[in-house]
Amino acid sequence: METKNKICNALNPVAICRKYEVSLWQCPQFLFLIMGFVILVAILAVYFLGTERIKDPTIISLLVIGITGFLLLVSFVITSSLEHLADASRMKTEFINIVSHQLRAPLTNLSFSLDFLTSQAVPQSEASCEEYYVILKENTQRMGDLIDNLLTVSRIATGKFPLKKEDVSLGELMDGLLNKFKPFISASNIEVDFQKDPNLPKVNGDRLWLEQVIENLLDNAIKYTKGGGAIAIKLKQRNKKIYFEIKDTGVGIPKEEQRFIFERFFRSKNALKEQTRGSGLGLHIVKKVLELSGGKIWFKSKEGTGTTFYFTLPIKRQ
Amino acid sequence: MKKILFIEDESALQKSMGDSLRREGWEVLSALNGEIGLRQAKTECPDLILLDLILPKMDGFEVFRELKKNKETVNIPVIVLTNLEQMEDVEKALELGAKTYLVKANYTLSEVVSKIKDILK
Repeated sequence: METKNKICNALNPVAICRKYEVSLWQCPQFLFLIMGFVILVAILAVYFLGTERIKDPTIISLLVIGITGFLLLVSFVITSSLEHLADASRMKTEFINIVSHQLRAPLTNLSFSLDFLTSQAVPQSEASCEEYYVILKENTQRMGDLIDNLLTVSRIATGKFPLKKEDVSLGELMDGLLNKFKPFISASNIEVDFQKDPNLPKVNGDRLWLEQVIENLLDNAIKYTKGGGAIAIKLKQRNKKIYFEIKDTGVGIPKEEQRFIFERFFRSKNALKEQTRGSGLGLHIVKKVLELSGGKIWFKSKEGTGTTFYFTLPIKRQ
Repeated sequence: MKKILFIEDESALQKSMGDSLRREGWEVLSALNGEIGLRQAKTECPDLILLDLILPKMDGFEVFRELKKNKETVNIPVIVLTNLEQMEDVEKALELGAKTYLVKANYTLSEVVSKIKDILK
């Protein structure tokens, strides 16, 4: 019985495709079956038409050309579906490389700090212990954050990412964040200019996630404007949308890397040169949250000059 | 007193490793990126360099190649301490002349210290 089931499953492309978690029209097994079926029907039909119905060889030739064209189209779909699978496999490899490295770094910090604390022959002064407790706390947090980001990305990918609908004032969010980042901004020697239209309407979205979106964009702008610079933030109303702009004078994104910037796990060479920490998930999450909230994000960047990120979000309907 | 240059961008690691090395009675110089590390190697002439590979500004391999080009730094023993564990990275580092290649996740702090002791002997 079990072997019979196994054979049935092996011959059932729908079951295989479900196992691979790809839709039928992206699944090579299913598409091959369809193509085989089309070829058989086409051969039989042309044979039947050629012998019984149509005497004019030109029409038969045209028919064959038409069918061949269709088959070419199907094989193109199959090839691109294979590309999709190859892409998924590449993502998995990158995932393992990045996750293992980004998790190992804080893990090493934790284990080496614990090694030091527990190997004390001479008791440490309280002040020195305190520094180690801060390290333990920060690195535990870092691992937790990475795991949270991975779960978010996975929820987004599987469509299980619920966002709340609340009235949110982006201006207030921005003020709060600028206050929170004040020490980081002045330590980085950066001038921030924030301009907002008076009486900006609210947007309808998930407060916590929209705050994360702005925080991420602000954090990037500060992080990649090394050695001082300026950040200009604008918040405006444009038709039925709220328009947000954040411009930095940072390292910029090289042209050839710009198309990958919202991809999961992607990190630009320039970013890596400034900051080795980072999972390459932040901007991917930012884009998805904005899109799921009915908004749009885009950017302009020039290497060595700076980057400007823009997004729009629909205004809350009265 | 032996002088050790530790090129590593994780400040937490600079702290725990630095404290353990100082406890052994060695002087420790910390460099948080490749550029500073290379500069310190040239000016301070350390007895040993502990080198991470993923570094801001200038990665560990670049630093290593520069060290080998320079007359004053070519003979300083280098221990690579990293979380990269792909065979090609290990081979590349050993080819450049690394005394030993340690994957952080596979060693405890005291094991790293004893490796350093062996080389400084």
